[in-house]
Amino acid sequence: MPDEKDAFAGEYVVQMKGITKVYPNGVAANQDVNFNLRKGEIHALMGENGAGKSTLMKMLFGLEQPTSGEIIVKGEKLHISSPAVAIEHEIGMVHQHFMLVPSLSVAENMVLGMVPKKSGIFIDKAKAIEITRDYSEKYNLHVEPEAKVADIPVGMKQKVEILKALVRGASILILDEPTAVLTTQETAELFRELKNLKEQGYTIVFISHKLNEIMEITDRLTILRGGRSMGVYNTKDVTKEQISRLMVGRDVILELQKDKARPGDTVLRVRSLEYINSWNKKMLDQVSFDVRKGEILGIAGVEGNGQKELVDILFNFQRPSSGSVQVNGENILGKSQQKLREMGVALVPEDRMIYGIASTASIEENLISDRCGQKRLNKGPVFNMSAIHSESDKLIEEFTVLCKSRKQQVGMLSGGNIQKVVVAREFSNNPALIIADQPTRGIDVGATEFIRKKLLELSRSGIAVLLISADLNEVMELSDSLIVMHNGHIAAYFEDTADLTDAEMGEYMLELKHQSPEEIGRVCHD
Amino acid sequence: MSDFMSMLLTPEFFFSILRISAPIIFATLAAIVVEKAGFCNIGIEGLMMFSALGGSLVSYYAGSWFWGILAALVVGVLMSLIMGFFAFQMKTDIVLVGIAINMMGSGGTLFLCKVITNITEGRAMASTTGLITKDLCIPDITIPLVNKIPFIGQVLSGHNLLTYLAFLLCLLTSIMLYKTSLGLNIRAVGENPNAASSVGVSVLKIKYLAIGYSGLMSGFGGAFMSMAYAQGWSLDMVAGRGFIALAAQAMGNGECLGGMLSSLVFGFAQALGIKFSAIGLDSNLASPIPYAVTIIGLVIFAVSRNRKELKKRSSAALEKRASSQA
Repeated sequence: MPDEKDAFAGEYVVQMKGITKVYPNGVAANQDVNFNLRKGEIHALMGENGAGKSTLMKMLFGLEQPTSGEIIVKGEKLHISSPAVAIEHEIGMVHQHFMLVPSLSVAENMVLGMVPKKSGIFIDKAKAIEITRDYSEKYNLHVEPEAKVADIPVGMKQKVEILKALVRGASILILDEPTAVLTTQETAELFRELKNLKEQGYTIVFISHKLNEIMEITDRLTILRGGRSMGVYNTKDVTKEQISRLMVGRDVILELQKDKARPGDTVLRVRSLEYINSWNKKMLDQVSFDVRKGEILGIAGVEGNGQKELVDILFNFQRPSSGSVQVNGENILGKSQQKLREMGVALVPEDRMIYGIASTASIEENLISDRCGQKRLNKGPVFNMSAIHSESDKLIEEFTVLCKSRKQQVGMLSGGNIQKVVVAREFSNNPALIIADQPTRGIDVGATEFIRKKLLELSRSGIAVLLISADLNEVMELSDSLIVMHNGHIAAYFEDTADLTDAEMGEYMLELKHQSPEEIGRVCHD
Repeated sequence: MSDFMSMLLTPEFFFSILRISAPIIFATLAAIVVEKAGFCNIGIEGLMMFSALGGSLVSYYAGSWFWGILAALVVGVLMSLIMGFFAFQMKTDIVLVGIAINMMGSGGTLFLCKVITNITEGRAMASTTGLITKDLCIPDITIPLVNKIPFIGQVLSGHNLLTYLAFLLCLLTSIMLYKTSLGLNIRAVGENPNAASSVGVSVLKIKYLAIGYSGLMSGFGGAFMSMAYAQGWSLDMVAGRGFIALAAQAMGNGECLGGMLSSLVFGFAQALGIKFSAIGLDSNLASPIPYAVTIIGLVIFAVSRNRKELKKRSSAALEKRASSQA
């Protein structure tokens, strides 16, 4: 049940009333949103990518100005024109992309903009280190004051960011998707620290779309969908299913309906692939496997065990040290990407912003970039614009890309919609083999579900799919059969994923359990 | 050949290296500070030209080299702030602003000189070389005691006031960059302007201060050119030093000490070129020496940096592996 807002008005430290934000380009990021914070709570701000969570918080932190609506902090109506004003009113923000200077030390980053001085001009380094140490101990956030930020792990960088806000006197902390960059252990540690801060009376806004985390750590939650608020709830009163329905407006099928694969001939044949990188480390060690028509072969494994190198070699971003790769019986090593595409190899790359799209080009230009040479899209030496328009409109519709028009810049879309543009292009040019590298990383539930369904659909229509994913759920649910990579070689092969458990997978991923070469060899269907 | 070597190993030759390096050092410091603030000032050449002209004119009209230096600094700083205005606030590409300043620094100074002095007859090329007498130049300084040391004394003593200042400013600039909050802010703005502005540092202000500092250094360099290196201003007298400084900045890895050493390398190359033409080598062959050295220096720098980076990356990868195994 939504809260009775006014009954608690007195104890709110922040009230945002009727906030509307319309960007100059006409996109309405927030419409009439009410958001409030009680002192000493951890409050989740939830929603899919592009739902307007970050925009709302940017307005609270003074990075954006609302088009209409009012912001009341501790009973005082404020015009927050810049982060400096927000900091003055004890609001601090930890950005998703860290606001740190890599070549400076932790202590220097801490005091940037408020440097302690000695004899009027010189930086008092000892004092800066002392401040850092004091705060680090007081809030139990361990950092190394003298280390260069470039050299410290991501988890510690985030602590520096939190300390930076605290040292500036913040009592209200906004954390923008803080766990996106953290490992499981680091996340657990962060949660302990946040609970500790909460006990000391700090108010925390936690922006996320990860249901498990929200359930674990927050007291209340506000859900945004399409820029509008879907209500405020006590976390303990709602279930995950309810939240996901509010976020995406329908029940997300968390279990995928899947019929059994009927694999056909081998499409991708990889044999004895080896790759030694420029620092003499063997990244791929005798990797052999087949992917057949109509099946999804998943590759699981902790990241950095050779998956990236494998994909790079398959799509000719890298040459292997030895071994062979064939698609439909034809060698593909050293073939240009254009030739690969002509042979029916499609790639959904891991880093969509760099390899997937040209972010300043339009949706349409991105959609036709792999096929703009085809006869049907050209009229003599120039483009056949009407054919191109109808092609891109068709794809936008089929892949439900949420945009104003095909002329919109791809970079302006939300992460999920950008990925849909990539997928629309890669899935539609008559592929024989789709290499999907982390296809749903960092995108919202709706787009994730859509892409997974599409992959499944395509595989059942007879396309070979190679799925590389660090998301254990994804790779286990979606794949028909599965290989596990560890330290550059194939550690295990599972012909059927149906009765496989996470625990068992984990043991193979960390090489606590082994398979015999014969068992692994079954992945080659000679 | 041994004759030639003995000719090089004279105190006069080493003295000339320091003298020739001084304006390059000023320009290099100008390049270093803006680079730390995250942009490249290719207009140093033009700034030096304006400062050289302004300095020599004021020195002549006021009858004092002191006012000359001051004027050179004011011109340098003002022109650099104008560059900043166009680049930071009018959002012009700073490279284009730099090109404009350089072209004005060539043709514009000549025009100004002709208009202001009008001493050359008719179509003759304007310059202030006829106006600046020895006593309007910045004085040389003899260091007591040091000048008595054989060889070393002859190398180190008797330099121009600004030559000493150039080396001193390397130290001062380094202190400014690494020991003061201004320097910290400049480095922060250069590396991650969002980080700086998110904690309330005004990125615009810091950029203005950085380009102003580079104007100040260019002012010293210009003053040295027209009131110490030569007597008076003449067309294109800076002769590429503002560009060589960009190379020295890169070769010195963006640090003051490195920049100073690279400037000395270029100073050595120029001194060598002069020496070659003095012994009768065709000046068409001798004059490219400094520029050839620039290219060779940059290649060496780039190769060594790549090696270093590779090493660093591989050790980082090893560490990562070690920690992931632990």
